[in-house]
Amino acid sequence: MAKSKKSSSVNLVQRPIKKWAPLFILPTFAAFLIGFVWPFIQGIYLSFCNFNIPTDAKWVGLDNYAKVFKDAGFLNAFWNTAAFAVVSIILINVLAFFIAYALTQKMRGANIFRTVFFMPNLIGGVVLGYIWSMIFDGILKNYATYLTANPTYGFWGLVILVAWQQIGYMMIIYIAGLQAVPEDMLEAARIDGATGSQTLFRVIIPNVMPSITTCTFLTLTNSFKMFDQNMALTGGMPSIMENGAKINATELLALNIFSTYNISKNYHGVAQAKAVIFFILVAVLAITQQYMTRSKEVQQ
Amino acid sequence: MKKKINDQYTPLSKALSVFFAVLSVVWLIPIFEVVINSLKKNEYVNLDPFALPNEESFVGFANYVKGMTFGNYPFLQSVAYSLFITVASVALILLFCSMSAWYIARVNSTMSNIFYYLCLFSMIVPFQMVMFTLTFTADKLNLNTPYTIPIVYLGFGAGLAIFMFLGFVKGLPLEIEEAASIDGCGPVRTFFNVVLPMLKPTLISVGILELMWVWNDYLLPYLVLDRTKYMTIPIHVQYLKGSYGTVDLGATMAVIMLSIIPIIIVYMFCQKHIIKGVAAGAVKG
Repeated sequence: MAKSKKSSSVNLVQRPIKKWAPLFILPTFAAFLIGFVWPFIQGIYLSFCNFNIPTDAKWVGLDNYAKVFKDAGFLNAFWNTAAFAVVSIILINVLAFFIAYALTQKMRGANIFRTVFFMPNLIGGVVLGYIWSMIFDGILKNYATYLTANPTYGFWGLVILVAWQQIGYMMIIYIAGLQAVPEDMLEAARIDGATGSQTLFRVIIPNVMPSITTCTFLTLTNSFKMFDQNMALTGGMPSIMENGAKINATELLALNIFSTYNISKNYHGVAQAKAVIFFILVAVLAITQQYMTRSKEVQQ
Repeated sequence: MKKKINDQYTPLSKALSVFFAVLSVVWLIPIFEVVINSLKKNEYVNLDPFALPNEESFVGFANYVKGMTFGNYPFLQSVAYSLFITVASVALILLFCSMSAWYIARVNSTMSNIFYYLCLFSMIVPFQMVMFTLTFTADKLNLNTPYTIPIVYLGFGAGLAIFMFLGFVKGLPLEIEEAASIDGCGPVRTFFNVVLPMLKPTLISVGILELMWVWNDYLLPYLVLDRTKYMTIPIHVQYLKGSYGTVDLGATMAVIMLSIIPIIIVYMFCQKHIIKGVAAGAVKG
């Protein structure tokens, strides 16, 4: 029975569609080749070359990569990004979870609060950066200083900006997760006399593990790929001297790649090599994170 | 039971309501800041951005008037390009990616398997990896205008969109399509008259995620477009703030305000869809 069903569906649905492949799949595939596959392959190749434009590329082997690992600005950007990622993942997820938890309780005005908290997400990163640079400069003015005077200000400024922007987004995902916690489980916990924190840690959190996976994944990749906000808020400033090299103290990796490319045409290959390292880093982190939190999810 | 409903707002929940009301007001301060400073003379913005406009500093809508042509590029032109690029890109992505996802889900061939794994792979590749080479490719193929850049968006956005559509298409009952086929529907009609209507919730959530991405995207159009001729709103804002010796913060805030207002209006009307779309888009796994 099962077999005949499968073959009939193959005849009725699969075979006729196949004839229409040029219509259904070709436009997307062609755009995908232009917008992703070819640039990716060419990007790998050019990271081993010295180039201004692809047609004048000269193979230099691992030279670019050697330069990247000696680049103080890149290493600084790496540690900035790592610190920024850790701080923002913890801050955003903890706050978003507790706001979502509070808003899913019976509370007057919960919908309005949800609307307000989500709103900053709709504003683009560049615009956000300029709004907040005005605010931070306005505050710091009272202490006779300004945002790009000290790398610490720039770092925490970016953390505040990104928390303000992303807490609402993650809150929405946590609310969806919390609303999906089976009511009978909560009731069973109540009947068994579980305390509030026992219910939270033993019943609710294991059940919202899929949301936690998603949100930590999103905050992790968002903070590693952070560009617009970083550029608009501090632009990597201030410049400081470190071991005889001038580096932009608040630069994150994505901005460092971009500014390296713009130094001069001799740096195009180095920037592309940085981009390849950046890709490997993001890919490894994303896959590891998925693997780690997935294994904690409960199967229902 | 009835008593319980009347008592649903406990003192704790009332206290929480007050706390969140205060927090909501604090949350809106940055937007409020843009509003008040867009109405002030530039030197007063620098002096104290937190002061409300007073008789001396208030300039009415002068900043807005100035903002329209500020930086020698008409702001409305940037708005028009942003609108066109966003609408066209989202439309292309929704149409072609849902078609491809259906094909991949229904046809088990090498081609569709390769495409599927490439899509998965593309989701973990950051834009920085491909941005320089994508710029070269787009230049070479003359995709560097607002009218052709939607093709670039379709290409770079295809991975996530197809993945999200696939998650939903796989759950659709095959029997409906078989019935359509028995009734004499070809694949094209089956897709547009039978499958696409069933995909509506996914179309909305993918549409909203792509909309938020393309409308606010800075780097892709910055690199791909010929910036002397074409600007989008984020590029325009960056241009005003970034490339001027003396920045007119009042006018910049007016331009920022103009770019936020349409988003807030859309948000007011489509709030439910936007929030649902975000929630649905997240549980893709």
